[in-house]
Amino acid sequence: MKNQIFILMAAMVLLLVSCGGGGSTTGKQKQITLSAAGATFPQPFYNLAFKKYNEAGGPLINYGGIGSGGGIKSLRDQIVDFAATDAYLSDAELAEMPGEVVHIPTCIGAVVIAYNLPGVTDLQLTPELLEGIFLGNIKKWNDPKILAANPGLAVPDMEITVVYRSDGSGTTYIFSDYMSKVSPAWKAQLGTGKALNWPAGIGAKGNPGVSGTISQSQGSIGYIGYEYAFAQKIPMAKVMNSAGLFIEPTLESFTAAAAAEMPADTRVMLTNSPNPAAYPITSFTWIIMYKELAYGKHSSEAAEAAVKTVKWLTGEEAQAIATSVHYAALPQNASLQAAELLRGITYQGLTVLR
Amino acid sequence: MSGDRVTKVLLFISSLTILLLSAGIVISLFGGALPAFREFGFRFITSSAWNPTAGSEEYGAMSFIAGTVITSILALIICIPMAFSTSLFIAEYYNGTRTSGILRSLVDLLAGIPSIVYGFWGFYALRPLMVATGLTDQGFGVFTASLVLAIMIVPYATSLSAEIISMVPAELKEAAYSLGATRREVIFSVVIPSARSGIIASFILALGRALGETMAVTMLIGNANVIPKGLFAPGNTMASVIANQFGEASGLKMSALIAIGLLLFLITALVNYLGKLIIKRFA
Repeated sequence: MKNQIFILMAAMVLLLVSCGGGGSTTGKQKQITLSAAGATFPQPFYNLAFKKYNEAGGPLINYGGIGSGGGIKSLRDQIVDFAATDAYLSDAELAEMPGEVVHIPTCIGAVVIAYNLPGVTDLQLTPELLEGIFLGNIKKWNDPKILAANPGLAVPDMEITVVYRSDGSGTTYIFSDYMSKVSPAWKAQLGTGKALNWPAGIGAKGNPGVSGTISQSQGSIGYIGYEYAFAQKIPMAKVMNSAGLFIEPTLESFTAAAAAEMPADTRVMLTNSPNPAAYPITSFTWIIMYKELAYGKHSSEAAEAAVKTVKWLTGEEAQAIATSVHYAALPQNASLQAAELLRGITYQGLTVLR
Repeated sequence: MSGDRVTKVLLFISSLTILLLSAGIVISLFGGALPAFREFGFRFITSSAWNPTAGSEEYGAMSFIAGTVITSILALIICIPMAFSTSLFIAEYYNGTRTSGILRSLVDLLAGIPSIVYGFWGFYALRPLMVATGLTDQGFGVFTASLVLAIMIVPYATSLSAEIISMVPAELKEAAYSLGATRREVIFSVVIPSARSGIIASFILALGRALGETMAVTMLIGNANVIPKGLFAPGNTMASVIANQFGEASGLKMSALIAIGLLLFLITALVNYLGKLIIKRFA
């Protein structure tokens, strides 16, 4: 009896193993398949870009939008060819990685302040107002402070409902990074992070959840990725930048934020840019990959395909795709720096891009 | 090897798999929850702090335990009159008629609607109604979530109760009728007393379902990580906070979420066990 169970189990295991092995070899023979995972913020761009790249003869890329944290984890466990993140890795996070990691900026995303106020489409907000509203200290739309920044605007007598992300997200990270820079009260109370201890308002899941809730609820205000507000035609506030100008969120004002000097490894937050033409709540989004790609069972073909894909992603053709889905293109200095970083990537010590 | 033996072995293996799977789930939940309990101790259960900001991280499950228990109990209270009267109608008053058959399949249909669809309906149809009552500004909150939860658990409570009511022996009812009892008297003095524990068990099992419900609740409760300040204030539940936050969680926060999962598992297991215990006594 015991013997028979053993034989049966052994047969089942054999069956499973042979199935798994068979599947992957046939996949490899057809074309190179890359897997990538990470941020949901740039996912609309990546999905479209990877699809077009594959149609043009590039590798098939499976991108899992599991969040920046999940992407970093997947890269650390070496189960993806590259990962995507909205927040660059801290020195501590870099030290935890099994190898040296490079950050390649792929486009610029912006977080906009979307709102739903009957009859109002040209709201202007200062950093002080953002602090007051999101910390729950300004509770009414016709608060004198809001009226002072919006002379002549017919703001209704309504309660303000703050809508925030209930899930951890890069969008929250970018917004809170900006707020921590401009508001000491914010820095002390909430700080910077992918999820925060919100003192007021309601949470909704994902950019679609927040934009849906705002468009359904009069008197609400929240922060979302630009492309979602643009697609759903939700009004977006002009935000006062570091030069004291109210800046409308547009692709040009986002790109302007990245025109300044940046560190060689591109690990920089673009929020609160000193450029007077820049919209203040913007950020790079990055692809992260290992500098030395020969690890584990990683093949040289996969390494080459991965580097070429990322190079293409920062090139002119893919940047045009980014603009078409409402992400701002990389300014010239950033794409030059990205190309430089990609040239430094090696496989068994040899440069991959020759 | 005889056919009988092969069947026996196959059945044994598949039941063993189930057993190993559930044991594996419990073990990995325990293992994952350990860092959170080690860091916060018993305070993890009693504290309502939820601060994910790096440097001042602090996690407590109380807000979510409160949100889960309040919404589920409230849903149960709303569900009881609906489910109780429907089951009486189906299984006693109109038992065997076409009306009862149609009603029965409609109730089963309700049970088959996916949670996300209830959530959508709640978000686009029920929430504006709540706003129109003037009780709440945006319609998000504990009460709206409980209302949708109640509708979701009505089918479970109804079909189980109906089953149990129709199991009441006909002899008992006939004896009561022969003593001159009216239909109402038969129902309230014979049917309900003899089906009582079964009916209670069906509501407890429905409560078990309400405890773990995720999607519809997440869309309506407002996802504020605090103990709800009132019936119309936003809150969050255990299942909902896990669904919301596990994606970007790591380290201590991930452990805190797993610990919440473990607590939810224990609460649900306890409620189901109580239900089973009552059914056993009835049978």
